Amino acid sequence: MPDLLLELRSEEIPARMQRRAAEDLKKLVTDALVERGFLYEGAKAFSTPRRLALHIAGLPARGEAVREERRGPRVGAPEAAIQGFLKGAGLASLDEAQRITDPKKGEFYLAVIERPGRETLDVLAELLPEIIKSFPWPKAMRWGAASAQPGALRWVRPLQSIVATFGPETETPEVVPFAVGGITAGTVTYGHRFLAPGPIEVRRFDDYIQALERAKVILDADRRKDVILHDARDLAFARGLDLVEDEGLLEEVAGLVEWPVVLMGSFDAAFLDIPAEAIRATIRANQKCFVLRKSVSEELAPAFILVSNLVASDGGQAITAGNERVVRARLSDAKFFWETDKAIRLEDRLPKLDAIVFHEKLGTQGERIARIAALAQELAPLVGADPALAERAARLAKADLVTEMVGEFPELQGLMGRKYAALQGEHPSVCAAIEEHYKPVGPSDRVPSDPVSIAVALADKLDTLVGFWAIDEKPTGSKDPYALRRAALGVVRYVLDGLRLNLTSNFDPHFELVDKAIVATQIANAPPGAHAFAHGIGRVDWGGRLVNLKSLDLLAFFADRLKVYLRDQGARHDLVDAVFALPGQDDLLLIVSRVGALQKFLETEDGKNLLAGVKRASNILRIEEKKDGRAYDAAPDSALAASGEPAERALAEALAGAAATASQAIASEDFAGAMRALSTLRAPVDAFFQDVTVNAPDPKLRENRLLLLNALRAATRAVADFSKIEG
Amino acid sequence: MSQKKSFQGLILTLQEFWAAQGCVILQPYDMEVGAGTFHPATTLRALGPKPWKAAYVQPSRRPKDGRYGENPNRLQHYYQFQVILKPNPPNLQELYLASLDAIGVDLKLHDIRFVEDDWESPTLGAWGLGWECWCDGMEVSQFTYFQQVAGFECAPVAGELTYGLERLAMYVQGVENVYDLDFNGAEGADRITYGDVFLQAEQEYSRHNFEAADTAMLFRQFTDAEAACRSYLDAGAPAAETERHRMAQPAYDQCIKASHVFNLLDARGVISVTERQSYILRVRELAKACGAAWLRTAAGGA
Repeated sequence: MPDLLLELRSEEIPARMQRRAAEDLKKLVTDALVERGFLYEGAKAFSTPRRLALHIAGLPARGEAVREERRGPRVGAPEAAIQGFLKGAGLASLDEAQRITDPKKGEFYLAVIERPGRETLDVLAELLPEIIKSFPWPKAMRWGAASAQPGALRWVRPLQSIVATFGPETETPEVVPFAVGGITAGTVTYGHRFLAPGPIEVRRFDDYIQALERAKVILDADRRKDVILHDARDLAFARGLDLVEDEGLLEEVAGLVEWPVVLMGSFDAAFLDIPAEAIRATIRANQKCFVLRKSVSEELAPAFILVSNLVASDGGQAITAGNERVVRARLSDAKFFWETDKAIRLEDRLPKLDAIVFHEKLGTQGERIARIAALAQELAPLVGADPALAERAARLAKADLVTEMVGEFPELQGLMGRKYAALQGEHPSVCAAIEEHYKPVGPSDRVPSDPVSIAVALADKLDTLVGFWAIDEKPTGSKDPYALRRAALGVVRYVLDGLRLNLTSNFDPHFELVDKAIVATQIANAPPGAHAFAHGIGRVDWGGRLVNLKSLDLLAFFADRLKVYLRDQGARHDLVDAVFALPGQDDLLLIVSRVGALQKFLETEDGKNLLAGVKRASNILRIEEKKDGRAYDAAPDSALAASGEPAERALAEALAGAAATASQAIASEDFAGAMRALSTLRAPVDAFFQDVTVNAPDPKLRENRLLLLNALRAATRAVADFSKIEG
Repeated sequence: MSQKKSFQGLILTLQEFWAAQGCVILQPYDMEVGAGTFHPATTLRALGPKPWKAAYVQPSRRPKDGRYGENPNRLQHYYQFQVILKPNPPNLQELYLASLDAIGVDLKLHDIRFVEDDWESPTLGAWGLGWECWCDGMEVSQFTYFQQVAGFECAPVAGELTYGLERLAMYVQGVENVYDLDFNGAEGADRITYGDVFLQAEQEYSRHNFEAADTAMLFRQFTDAEAACRSYLDAGAPAAETERHRMAQPAYDQCIKASHVFNLLDARGVISVTERQSYILRVRELAKACGAAWLRTAAGGA
């Protein structure tokens, strides 16, 4: 079966776009083929800095013939219907149509449309230019004389040539006949820009990839990565060093060369005074080089790995020397930053943060730091931290944002602060908190264990969440520009590590603090004479407390994050809902242990049956309460129940006992105990539904039986709202 | 040191090279600008349908980059060599590489790379796609295909090359400190270094830019330049659809002036973060208006 070879050769494609572009090319071409009924055996796409290539193996030489039958109107139908049928089926006259007889409806016209399969080559010539013209580059451009015309071809950088061949292995393939943007597809490509710049005639994928390899182009990015990685490791090993591996950098560097040549350079060991992370950031970001460390050690070595694109006639001496010069200049800058930064104490940097706007409605970084410090101090006793240390750490936590080093390398935030704090003799917990309060930055990142870090991290995240909630900048859909979901999930992870916090009690006063900042910012930004309006805070009764409405909204956001988190851990989200539905639940740790006990309970026979019984009771109550237009929420008359049927009496007694035991267990946070107490209700509930008619003719008896059912619902409500549980 | 490798030799070689490619060799624009792109031979000539090829040296002023002559790499006044070709020829990358070869960069020894760099000038309302050109890991030039200038689509697209002359010369001469650059390639007492020519100026202008520049005067100058730009545009405006604009270039001079004055005020630290954006926008509005006027002139294709 024939193969397609497509190469789109251009000027240098940004490294970060290459892999995605190759995959897009594969998907667009194969999808377009499949859509037209052309199946294939395999497809693979490739990218280098100067080309995208696609190989599709096992395509048919032509598409399958299509036979379609189209039923028309009845014989003798009005002329308009006949004409419509002829036009739709592409027939010239009724002579070309057949007549068929339907036993019920009589005689009909039938058109049989036969289309021969199209040549694959023609189909490719039709679809490839369209795909090239509308290719989804993140940013595309026009170029050259053609760009004077509207509708000129756009590509990521100027497109130079196109190879497109199609044919079976055994014969010379044909060129796919198309042209786009003034470039006609052909069989000629070019090798490495410097090492083999001449033209290369190619036929099909096999000889193409080999010819490129001879012309010093490794087509496959993964192979270039392998070459770089192995050569780098070998070079390092030969000098007794280890490569500090870096997948992101490796991917980028593989997109900067067609023929990787790995070289090693060195720098003055005196630069090793600079923190290792800063050296790495400098060499990585600016020079796209790898750093090395001394074997079996965390210490950096004064050397680096560079990847050039040239087999130089001097063995790479000039290239290495040139790179060393630049690395030297960059490290001199880094050393200058490091020395300058060290000369200023972190607290002396704080006034600068007063001048930096955090958010136009939420005031400056300085104001935010003051809020975080206040909150960290309050949270400290709850997490077992020294309030003074927590306050100190929070004050200094953002000071490194205005250091030279973090200005140059934002990814070093926190880490540099920690270094500078250690140098100025801060308490070790303060130093740790300055770095760790950003954690966890992702699902695989750990949660710190130092209580001071925990206090500052929570304060930072809660201030962010409360702040953006106060100004109604909540995440919507896929939009979460301030990473609020991550902040909330971070809080969830700290709490589940063993923290008891009543979130709303922490939210409420902080909303007030933030509201003050918002009003102050409004006044500061208002034109003269304008009035600033205070943010009104609506409060509602919630489980016996007055709580800020926004606190409840934020709590619901936490509930969602917790649900996502627990679902990932295998917990049922309906159980989380069932627990959150109870008023006054804002202690996440307690909620989780309640959900755990509930889940276990519902896995037992007793649990399942009790759930069924409670649901049945709730349904009956709902119907009867609606019918009667009243609620049955008073306590049942135990004397009346005692004089009733045996099952009625038994349930009343069991309920009184179980409810008392369960609420006692809940009070001491023994949820398993509460579930055990409830499980004793299963038999009496089953018996009640079997033996007792709720809607008794005697209204007194009926009312008391409904009240019994309500007592059952109320008893289970001590652990969860069973009506929210599925099944 | 051979004449060719000296700082001025480098300039002479580049001029000769690009003259041979059909460029008009212009002289620096006689105003203070932040980059060679501000020269009307680039900004204005990049607009409109007419072909244009030019090359020139442009002294560039970045008041904030002054370091009192104490930093080996940073200057508040430096030179760019600027090439603009409209439309860009299909072999512009090859021409660029040939120009490196001409100034003595052996392409068999040195690793030249085109690394993504999307260029944008908020003050000029301009953007383009291209690369930083690296020589053995050092950025020596910028290579841009202009897509938009002064808010107008470039049709056709111009290719712009900007060589950082000091950096390139430091590389060619193997010098670590810009002030040590051999300026004239002469021997003995006749030898002149970059420091001989510019060190004192760097010290004086750093003092001026950071400490002395009269900010009240500069604020006035900004407002004056902005007003003058508008009034020249009005005065030269075509009376009818069929007529041309008659004063696009003098107006654009005022736009350049406003831009430089803004840079000075910025260096003096008297513009807050929020104000900064609004100043940039004001300059961009001038640039756009000048671009629109230029498109109504003969050279702009009207």
